Amino acid sequence: MTKMILDRRRFLARTGQAMLVFGASGTVMFTDAERSWAMALDRLDAPTAETLLRMCRALYPHDALGDMYYAVVVEALDSEAAGDPATATLISEGVGRLDAALGVPFAALSPGSQTEVLTLMQADPFFQKVRGAVVFHFYNNPLVWRHFGYEGASFEQGGYVWRGFQDAGWLIEPDAEASPPVAYGEGAQP
Amino acid sequence: MTTYDLSDDSVVVVIGSGAGGGTLANELAQKGIDVVLLEAGKEQSIESFVNDEWASFAQLAWLDPRTTSGTWRVARDFAGLPTWICKTVGGTTTHWAGASLRIREHEFKARTTYGEIAGATLLDWPLSLADLEPYYDKAEDKMGVTRTHGIPGLPGNNNFKVMWNGATRLGYQKVHTGRMAINSEPRHDRNACHQLGFCFQGCKMGAKWSTLYTEIPAAIDTGHCELRSQAFVLQIEHDASGKVTGVIYADADGNQQRQAARAVCVAGNSIESPRLLLNSASSMFPDGLANSSGEVGRNYMRHTTGSVYAAFGQPVHMYRGTIMAGIIQDEAENRPERGFAGGYELETLSLGVPFMAAFLDPGAWGASFTRKMDQYANMAGLWIVGEDMPQSSNAVTLHATMKDQHGLPVPNVHFDDHVNDIAMREHAFRQGRAVYEAAGATDIYEVPPYPSTHNLGTNRMSEKPADGVVNAFGQSHDIDNLFVSDGSVFTTGAAENPTLTIVALAIRQADYIAEQMGQGAI
Repeated sequence: MTKMILDRRRFLARTGQAMLVFGASGTVMFTDAERSWAMALDRLDAPTAETLLRMCRALYPHDALGDMYYAVVVEALDSEAAGDPATATLISEGVGRLDAALGVPFAALSPGSQTEVLTLMQADPFFQKVRGAVVFHFYNNPLVWRHFGYEGASFEQGGYVWRGFQDAGWLIEPDAEASPPVAYGEGAQP
Repeated sequence: MTTYDLSDDSVVVVIGSGAGGGTLANELAQKGIDVVLLEAGKEQSIESFVNDEWASFAQLAWLDPRTTSGTWRVARDFAGLPTWICKTVGGTTTHWAGASLRIREHEFKARTTYGEIAGATLLDWPLSLADLEPYYDKAEDKMGVTRTHGIPGLPGNNNFKVMWNGATRLGYQKVHTGRMAINSEPRHDRNACHQLGFCFQGCKMGAKWSTLYTEIPAAIDTGHCELRSQAFVLQIEHDASGKVTGVIYADADGNQQRQAARAVCVAGNSIESPRLLLNSASSMFPDGLANSSGEVGRNYMRHTTGSVYAAFGQPVHMYRGTIMAGIIQDEAENRPERGFAGGYELETLSLGVPFMAAFLDPGAWGASFTRKMDQYANMAGLWIVGEDMPQSSNAVTLHATMKDQHGLPVPNVHFDDHVNDIAMREHAFRQGRAVYEAAGATDIYEVPPYPSTHNLGTNRMSEKPADGVVNAFGQSHDIDNLFVSDGSVFTTGAAENPTLTIVALAIRQADYIAEQMGQGAI
């Protein structure tokens, strides 16, 4: 059975009202000012998922990116846990250690204390599991790429040959011997 | 496609279809010699390649189990992934960046030039630049290397512009868009580069030379070559006289087949080639085939590498365009006064966000890491490629207990940096930083070596049989009809990206094999 922390339809209905901000590269994205993201969970309970979400953010904090992007990681861990009891145990026990570290639930700790707890847990297989999952799932999301100014697949757009592969105008242009002009097509020299 | 019977012992079996094996198969087939080309991986195509780093990695990379040991950071960060090379038709020519540089004259004479260096097992190559020049010329023509044969250089992308600005301000003279086996204009029925920025993921323009869509189809067109993909060679067999007679391989369904052979050429890269020779041990050759010297698997080299990334106040979008079309060659000469032997190249390099997150500082986390990632759009990057010292203890060996899906011992890759490697890397990091400081960088990051893409030396060429595994033609010292045809034959690493030399050596080897067969010597 799939549990929903927040309803996906509510998410879809609300994204239209979400606040627009400009990212580092000038692209437009939505914040989750109303927590208008959703997690679909098969195995993990809501408090565990919420703690994992806080952990993902604390590991790789990008203030301009909302929780919904980190939720992708929690969903991936949930899917793995649903298919693998060992992973489920690793996660539930690991979250237990996060909450027990200072006697206050991890999600309620300040960012500084969260970092302190995580630093002490770096050798823990649970820590490495979650850290690896963020690297793989969070940074592999095309919606997240926009924040970083990375454009993903280019073949379908004909590459960058006519779309800005030399557009850094703030630099001095190399001489033609070092960097010859494009040798074919609309930009080719006679 | 012509097919050959499993019992046909007139064929030359080539194991591996990358730069060495794919080229050799074509060169032999063009001479009318019948070839069975065995490739462990599946067949992809220009159409099936994907502009997606992780998906492409799953499609092309060699992901069979391997282990690592030694003090290199790869053993800590990527313990099960010592290399970033490919298991697919075309081998790592699907993934390579295209940089095509000739090894320099003095680098062929490394022992003579550098003298004795403690801990290093340096040798001179048993051939000279002059011996290889005609074959370099043929290889450059075949591959369409820019700035040779009247082929224009590639246009530089933003990442190159940053490099050029910094390097010229620093006083470097040899700075350009490189010699690249990537079409700057349509050539040999292949497209020109459209600056996709996904060179490592298989070139979807087909502009980058790969044996997948050049040598291999050309070989098949002659009617003298059969390609069998998903054919994983488990063992090379020999007769009572010590001559090799065929190979045992696992086919796509996991069934074992035996292909007879007149000669066997091993081109499985510097990890799998020595592994196969070691796994082919017999009562006659208890230490593995071609291993009377004990050198099979030893002297593993991976180039002294590292990367420097720098952030600027303005956008760079380094990922746009040809990844490695940018080079500084001023540090490539041997100048011992720098505190190390040999030299290095600095070449443009970029990664997309998914791989940047994995490789920028493996294992790192927290705000100091994410702050770097937030600078991605404004980053430029370069890669260090330098000569590393061969060492006997840097070796590919068979794991004592761990087995692969075929039940064979997995390879362990052991590597420790030589002090010369460290001195060179530190110099290169300093110079890389200086380049970007001169270009106005706000932040500069030194990045440790990635899993190895240049894997060399584990079946090295030598004049004397006691010093190495093969002679100057890649023929094993011990067994006349057993050849090695990949980068594992490199006597020393040199500073240059190795593919062009692998191709030149394969063309030369094909001439030699044809001559030996013509004389009835093999």
